[in-house]
Amino acid sequence: MAYEYQTYAFEPPPGLTGPEPRHKVVIVGAGPIGLTLAIDLALRGVPSVVLDDNNVVSRGSRAICWSKRTLEIFDRLGLGERMLARGVTWKVGRQFHGAQEVFSFDLLPEDGHKYPAFINLQQYYVEEYLIERARDFPDLIDLRFCNKVVDHREIDRFVQVEIETPSGLYKLETDWLIACDGAKSPTRERMGLSFEGQVFEEQFLIADIEMEHSPFGDAAVPERWFWFDPPFHPGKSALLHMQPDNIYRIDLQLDVGADAKAEATEEKVMPRIRAIVGDTPFRLDWMSVYKFRCIMLDRFVHGRVIFAGDSAHVVSPFGARGGNGGIQDVDNLGWKLAAVIGGQANENLLESYDAERRHGAEENILNSARSTNFMTPKTGIEALFRAETLRLAHNQPFARKLLNSGRLSLPCGLEGSALITPGAAQVAPGRAMVDAPLDGPHGASWLIEEVQGRFVLVGFGSVPLPEVAGVARIGVNQRNGDYPCFTARSGHAIRRYGSEKAYLFRPDGHVAAVFDAPDAASVAAARDRAMGAEMQSDEAPAPQREVTA
Amino acid sequence: MSTDSETQARPAPDRLSPNQDEFYAALMAAHAGLSLDDSHALNARLVLMMANRIGDIQVLETILRDARKYS
Ligand SMILES: Cc1cc2nc3c(=O)[nH]c(=O)nc-3n(C[C@H](O)[C@H](O)[C@H](O)COP(=O)(O)OP(=O)(O)OC[C@H]3O[C@@H](n4cnc5c(N)ncnc54)[C@H](O)[C@@H]3O)c2cc1C
Repeated sequence: MAYEYQTYAFEPPPGLTGPEPRHKVVIVGAGPIGLTLAIDLALRGVPSVVLDDNNVVSRGSRAICWSKRTLEIFDRLGLGERMLARGVTWKVGRQFHGAQEVFSFDLLPEDGHKYPAFINLQQYYVEEYLIERARDFPDLIDLRFCNKVVDHREIDRFVQVEIETPSGLYKLETDWLIACDGAKSPTRERMGLSFEGQVFEEQFLIADIEMEHSPFGDAAVPERWFWFDPPFHPGKSALLHMQPDNIYRIDLQLDVGADAKAEATEEKVMPRIRAIVGDTPFRLDWMSVYKFRCIMLDRFVHGRVIFAGDSAHVVSPFGARGGNGGIQDVDNLGWKLAAVIGGQANENLLESYDAERRHGAEENILNSARSTNFMTPKTGIEALFRAETLRLAHNQPFARKLLNSGRLSLPCGLEGSALITPGAAQVAPGRAMVDAPLDGPHGASWLIEEVQGRFVLVGFGSVPLPEVAGVARIGVNQRNGDYPCFTARSGHAIRRYGSEKAYLFRPDGHVAAVFDAPDAASVAAARDRAMGAEMQSDEAPAPQREVTA
Repeated sequence: MSTDSETQARPAPDRLSPNQDEFYAALMAAHAGLSLDDSHALNARLVLMMANRIGDIQVLETILRDARKYS
């Protein structure tokens, strides 16, 4: 059945009738990124106003693949289990050349993780659940539909925002304006910030079809299937995914010069789908023709205006790095912004959001651009190398690895960031935490549940943990601590982290520092460093490129 | 072309990963902007220089035979 869009009511905001007190945070855009940020801030007690120019969730399924890391972040926000239950879990990708399978990969070959490598769930469900979750915080999240931001300007350490509603224009003031207004970000355009990068000429048809019979055949195991030069779409590439509600995503590469309007008609699309599914009855649920870009801003933080999600970076979808990258932006920004607003950290801490997430975006762009380049050879010689790689891939392992239909989103590592205290450990400082099952004082749980959301020092094995202000403590496979202690179920946690080692985790679950024998002074120093203590006040930490206005 | 396994070369161990994508991108970048003729010439130089790097005549003859088997 087709998704039933509900419309969210427009309620005339107080600003229409009189000035509102200055807000702490105004978020432009109630897409997945803006909504996630509002929830993250609310859980830290920080109120926000979320403005969206329309009153429905995402038109069309758009993002469908949500990564393990995203689910772990949603877990912290109280949404992970709901998404997992509703989504289609998968972890295997198969690549075909013609009709023949040449290579498959398993994205999570081990057990002992709360969340799978990926779920597929339509973006409209994700946004619907986020809106419902946001409504759990009526005192902290002020969600305003049909509130279109038409102007903004930074005055003196605050931003004035002008908003158009069905009942007229009004103004708001805010200490921080977070632009989560998507790939076409009007905020970015208003500021005249350059947003340039690689634009791919090829067009891609994205179609969702509903059908009873699984195109994955008898086994009906949801996987990611990718074809180079399939028999049903010669000379091009094709991608197949399963979504909930018996909906399948088909992604077909079109000609460079294809007429996008003509291609997005049933007349053109139905025969293309019949070529794949044969006579099986199906219903066309949604279709769209895209050109893809790999682009990012030179800086994500501009004074009191901060960019997150597609407004800051856009990638081609092969690798599912767009939405998943944006959720990692929020995970990185939420605790820092809350600490700055709460006065626990200096404003410079936000420079580390800029440095760390630009690094993340660069990694995502590099990977998705390489995949898209591999899929769309530009010259005769590129086509020749691609063809011979495919030929060799039928029996040469190295050539199989060269096939690039998307390198799927992984948590970004922050090794080398100014906030991270260097050190050596199985999960190196800077990396995102790796989940593991635990048994504890209240029964079974997961490491991600115990750790994420605050600074936590975790002792694996019998390493004693000192008491440090602002740092929670837990022990794994230790007994005598005057703090909660857990056992590593099936030994997974110890296998993943080692024994006789303490890890300091940041609120976003990244490893801030590691210790063999932690003392209070060194843990406090690592915590302070993670809160930006070593960041210089007038200069940004990371090497910077020029901001072109 | 023949994809019959008997005529195909024996699989060689993968020595490119985990840097395979970096290599492939660098190879494409090396060809960027060249005419087809110039790209062929570049490929020829690459084969010769890689051969010199490998150095071992037996290895080289095996690779030549194996690569030829796919045509
Ligand atoms: C075909 C396709 C497939 C994709 N597949 C995946 C995938 O599998 N996995 C993945 O992770 N990502 C995927 N993506 C990317 C993903 O959809 C985006 O990265 C994601 O939507 C970004 O979220 P966002 O909140 O930053 O922006 P958006 O979702 O674009 O939301 C921006 C919001 O801002 C609002 N807005 C804009 N201007 C204003 C204004 N002036 N005032 C008020 N509000 C405004 C908009 O109405 C919108 O609600 C895919 C994208 C496409 C197109």
